[in-house]
Amino acid sequence: MLAYLIRRILYAVPILIGVNLLTFALFFVVNTPDDMARMQLGIKRVTPEAIEKWKQQRGYDKPLLINSAAGGTDKLTDTIFWQKSASMFVFDFGYSDDGRSIGREIAKRMGPSLAIALPTFLIGLIVYVSFALLMTMFRATALDMAGVALCVLLMSISGLFYIIGGQFVVSKLWHLVPISGYAGGADSFKFVVLPILIGVAGSIGSSSRWYRTIFLEEIGKDYVRTARAKGLSELRVLFTHVLKNAMIPILTGVVVVIPLLFMGSLLTESFFGIPGLGSYTIDAINAQDFSVVRAMVFLGSVLYIVGLILTDISYTVVDPRVRLQ
Amino acid sequence: MNFIPFILWSDALVFLLLAAGGVAAWYVRRREHLLLPWRRVARSGVAMVSLLVLSLFLLVGFLDTLHYRSALPQTNGSGKVYSPEVLSVFDSLVGPLRTHTEKTYSEPFALVLYAKESISDAQGNIVRDYPRLQYGGAHLSDASRRDADVVKRALVGGGLGLLVGLLSFYLTHGTLRCTSGCDRGVFIATLILTTFIGAIANLAIVYHVLGTDKVGQDVLYLSLKSIRTGLIIGTVTTLVTLPLALFLGVAAGYFRGWVDDIIQYIYTVLSSIPSVLLIAAMVLMMQLFIDKHADWFDLAALRADARLVVLCLILGLTSWTGLCRLLRGETLKLREMEYIQAAQSFGVSSLRILTRHIMPNVMHIILIALVMDFSALVLAEAVLSYVGVGVDPSMISFGTMINAARLEMGREPMVWWALAAAFGFMLVLVLAANLFADAVRDAFDPRLNGTESKA
Repeated sequence: MLAYLIRRILYAVPILIGVNLLTFALFFVVNTPDDMARMQLGIKRVTPEAIEKWKQQRGYDKPLLINSAAGGTDKLTDTIFWQKSASMFVFDFGYSDDGRSIGREIAKRMGPSLAIALPTFLIGLIVYVSFALLMTMFRATALDMAGVALCVLLMSISGLFYIIGGQFVVSKLWHLVPISGYAGGADSFKFVVLPILIGVAGSIGSSSRWYRTIFLEEIGKDYVRTARAKGLSELRVLFTHVLKNAMIPILTGVVVVIPLLFMGSLLTESFFGIPGLGSYTIDAINAQDFSVVRAMVFLGSVLYIVGLILTDISYTVVDPRVRLQ
Repeated sequence: MNFIPFILWSDALVFLLLAAGGVAAWYVRRREHLLLPWRRVARSGVAMVSLLVLSLFLLVGFLDTLHYRSALPQTNGSGKVYSPEVLSVFDSLVGPLRTHTEKTYSEPFALVLYAKESISDAQGNIVRDYPRLQYGGAHLSDASRRDADVVKRALVGGGLGLLVGLLSFYLTHGTLRCTSGCDRGVFIATLILTTFIGAIANLAIVYHVLGTDKVGQDVLYLSLKSIRTGLIIGTVTTLVTLPLALFLGVAAGYFRGWVDDIIQYIYTVLSSIPSVLLIAAMVLMMQLFIDKHADWFDLAALRADARLVVLCLILGLTSWTGLCRLLRGETLKLREMEYIQAAQSFGVSSLRILTRHIMPNVMHIILIALVMDFSALVLAEAVLSYVGVGVDPSMISFGTMINAARLEMGREPMVWWALAAAFGFMLVLVLAANLFADAVRDAFDPRLNGTESKA
């Protein structure tokens, strides 16, 4: 197990190097720092001096890959690649355009992001699986058909509609919760309840339908027939036998997103004014703050790879036949 | 000639797609075994009704793709000068919708503007009141007769539409009775659609059926124009995903070894970056690139179009990995099959095995993935435009419509019609696409044959 984990982590290194090189190419080779400076400064204030100053402030005035002016190891380390890209491997993200430390900002904003994303994830999982089990129980009846039709309808509605509609009805018409904002501690409840509900409602269609297919696939198998032949009630068959056996396909899709919950949701956070990582990313995109976007891309892929490793571990928990070697 | 045809980059790609689709259809038509699953699709009433709705959208999108520039009136004899404004055949078909712009917001079917203004009445006194619209309901002298007029126009237009529907059915089937070889659902859906379109068309000539937006443009016109953007995002993207996923996936599965390692590495790297972030990073960079080379695009329409094409390219680059993984898995399975081994032992070249024996057998996966992706892409466009990494802000799309309307949520009374129109059109398009995609999947997926075909 330990050996397997170490190997998986080692395998992740080339992938992260790939991500790093890709972002480096995208942000520094396709467009040079000069272009970025020109765009940031606007048309009016572009002078060669201003560009130089902008680059110097952000440390973009170094050579890209090899600094031939420097000596010794500085030849490699005193470059944009080393200082801006390679440093991300030790989670040193540098500073955003407004001069704040990106690393500290990320640490501060993870809390609010999780306050929304984690409950959404857990409640959502319970709701989707129960709804799917219900449809499976009444499979091939009018109830099941209606359920599937509802799912298709719900998944055809734009995610933006759920947010805008929910905000309008719950906050503006009924005045139940504030439209947007966030507070720490116990006060946070009234701010997070609506985003969570909308988050759950938003993917009920696609998720329930997906779980239903998984359950239907399981229910056609031999062990289910055996269980029924033994005289088990349909409820018992569904909840103990089918649900347990469907765990592997469910976990495959679910565990991988758990670490990504830290990243928050772009749309929900920006609509509800939650000071999390999602709104941080959106603000950075709108302000064209490239160092933040670069940091988030790297962080996202690290978390994704953690998710993949967790998925493998979770298999051993639910299925004793799976051994990691 | 008073105009010259004008082909934008995205138009050219659409024509390419249409040509490819035409060739594929011609190829399939002559082979019964390829035609069989399509017959299964055709037997599904839901699929045919959604196809009908989809083809309406496609028609609007196609007409909106035939662009031209009209000639400017000549001032001196210095040869013809063409207008910098790029119009489409669709624009000229719905002429009044495009040109009837009011001053600012007005409600659906309204006769007056949304906000009060200082206007002079008949006696020349200045009063604050809702000014009459310049075009919406301008034919009515008495405002109180509006409701009756709306009903009358809707009935006349609907009746004409119904007649057209019945006539077209008679011309294609030679009878008005829906018996053998006729799907009752499709028949009824056709009549409902033609009636509805007739009524809307007759109303849209004199009213703003869906109101007007901030700068007074007709919302119905904006919604119809958005269709092309949505369709292009949903279809042109496949021009990038398909070759990448097909060649890399099949090659990885068939050759294994180091080829497989490299290809797996590439798609793991790409798919490990959260897609929105990757798209955002790429769009930001491409936008910078387009801005830097602004002199390449002498027309505003060209620049907006370049961004649309680039967006499709980026969406394609970020979304081929899933399909590629599927194709690799399927090829791994296929290459162990006896008929492939037989071909290998006969000494058939790898290239020939890939093109003759493997690719035809993974086509159903490709088709299912492409139709399933379509609706996701249409929805993604709205979200990306909201985030600010979607289409050019000057391009009419569902995303930009929602984005503009969202800012007006706080107004009292609320400006709801633009939002409702964008979401409504998107819902119909995506729902039809989803239903059709389901039917295609049921018909083509060998695993589902017989088990879940009813769902």
